[in-house]
Amino acid sequence: MTQLLVSRRRFLGVAGVAASTVPLAGCDMLDGLLASGDPVRGFLASANSLTYRLQRLLIPADRLAPEFSESEIRQGQRPNGSMDPTDPAYLALKDGDFAAYRLNVAGLVERPMQLTLDELRNMPSRTQITRHDCVEGWSCVAKWTGVPLARVLDEARVKSDARYVVFHCFDSMSPGLAGSAAYYESIDMIDARHPQTILAYGLNGTLLPVANGAPLRVRIERQLGYKMAKYIRGIEVVSDLSNIGGGRGGYWEDLGYDWYAGI
Amino acid sequence: MNRTENDLQTTTTGSRAGLTIRRHRLVTRLTHWAWAAALFFLLVSGLQIFNAHPALYVGQQSGFAFDNGVFSIQPIRDRNGEVRGLTTVLGRNFDTTGVLGVSGAEEMRTYSAFPAWLTVPSYQDLATGRVVHFFFAWVFATVYAIWFLASLINGHLRRDILPGWSDIRALPHTLIEHLRFHFDHDGRYNSLQKLTYALVLLLLFPLMILTGLTMSPGMDAALPWLLDLFGGRQTARTIHFVVMLLLVGFFVVHLFMVFAAGPINEMRSMITGRYRLDDRPKGGNA
Repeated sequence: MTQLLVSRRRFLGVAGVAASTVPLAGCDMLDGLLASGDPVRGFLASANSLTYRLQRLLIPADRLAPEFSESEIRQGQRPNGSMDPTDPAYLALKDGDFAAYRLNVAGLVERPMQLTLDELRNMPSRTQITRHDCVEGWSCVAKWTGVPLARVLDEARVKSDARYVVFHCFDSMSPGLAGSAAYYESIDMIDARHPQTILAYGLNGTLLPVANGAPLRVRIERQLGYKMAKYIRGIEVVSDLSNIGGGRGGYWEDLGYDWYAGI
Repeated sequence: MNRTENDLQTTTTGSRAGLTIRRHRLVTRLTHWAWAAALFFLLVSGLQIFNAHPALYVGQQSGFAFDNGVFSIQPIRDRNGEVRGLTTVLGRNFDTTGVLGVSGAEEMRTYSAFPAWLTVPSYQDLATGRVVHFFFAWVFATVYAIWFLASLINGHLRRDILPGWSDIRALPHTLIEHLRFHFDHDGRYNSLQKLTYALVLLLLFPLMILTGLTMSPGMDAALPWLLDLFGGRQTARTIHFVVMLLLVGFFVVHLFMVFAAGPINEMRSMITGRYRLDDRPKGGNA
């Protein structure tokens, strides 16, 4: 068997060449291809619909997200995004402790409704200790109490051509200098009718605080935090998302985030 | 078995100098380069994603009101009012100004964990980082499935990757020889190579895919045992990051060995499959 020898000098030379390839990773030449509207980005983003279809195929519609024990609630629910809406209509409601709040249920339903908080609280409720996963990467475990969205949809009697539930919100976001846009989100009917999808009015045994979306927010436990709209003004059942907001199904989606946030 | 179809074929000819053998199969070469591209984009987009919340924890959740953090990179303002990059590893602080936390030229400082030149896209954009990451995650996992099935069927896995008892016994000797830059050179993988490739291909790659899936709230509903296996979503995220570091370490050594073993011969064998035995300059196999 042949024995080969690499000298120290050769080793250092080779190591130097190898090390010099590392800064080649300067990647800003790719930025243009990844800008919104570029076909390359569009192609790469199609992986998300593959993920969506595969997860819908693999995961039974009513399969629950993991729930945790009381001992896992080790901190308050970390709020982020908008935490103190300044919309005048919202401020007026807040001043009156949300007594005048009405949840507007509209769109493709046979019985449009205006529900007070008391009416929502008198419906059957569900309490669950779940993990909130922010798209940024952090997680937080908290206890949520609310009325299953499926119950509200049943009372409103959803029409057969309904495909999505859209959440319209009181809060506006203003990224950069481009002005502000109202927060909204949307989910398909599978997530809308999932047993853990609740319109939450309680957090960790108390009323939902303003920072976490008072008086009403949605929990969609098999998706990321940005789907779980806070400060809900009303829900709208639709068959198509293209006429709402920027047409991509949500405030963050209009800025380039995936509509299906199960990953 | 038809020897010419082996991935790593050796000959028994007396004089081997200048002999060309077929070293890597087509499927091995294709999956190798597909992985190379996918792992590059997974790395740079992964660092972009990490920059959105540059801290790692153990357990189910991130400790904001308690401490379960194991790693973080942040810009902090020091007593003189200067902003410095602070990297914390298991409670120990390191000043990493210029690379981690605070980087870029004086007149256009960026306050991101990993510097702009290491991320795709170069500017802070979590949405685009995720688009790139998940596309190449599909590529990576698909190529892995193809490689695994093909290598199982054509014998590459059993013959060249899985270390046998003789490889384990030979390991100390091979290790010492490598440290002295004495490399065996007969076109087959030595025990150190087998063990390294087995670790990367059969442990680190599946670990990367599984910890990635554990971070998916949808997959946690489908496969809740993933959370038990890795000790929670945040631990899975930490393991995902550590495996990335190990793969980067592997890549550096891998590249060094290609250069040490004769980059032209090594590249030719991974592109055309043809490898010249005893081709000068000499060295180990990559």
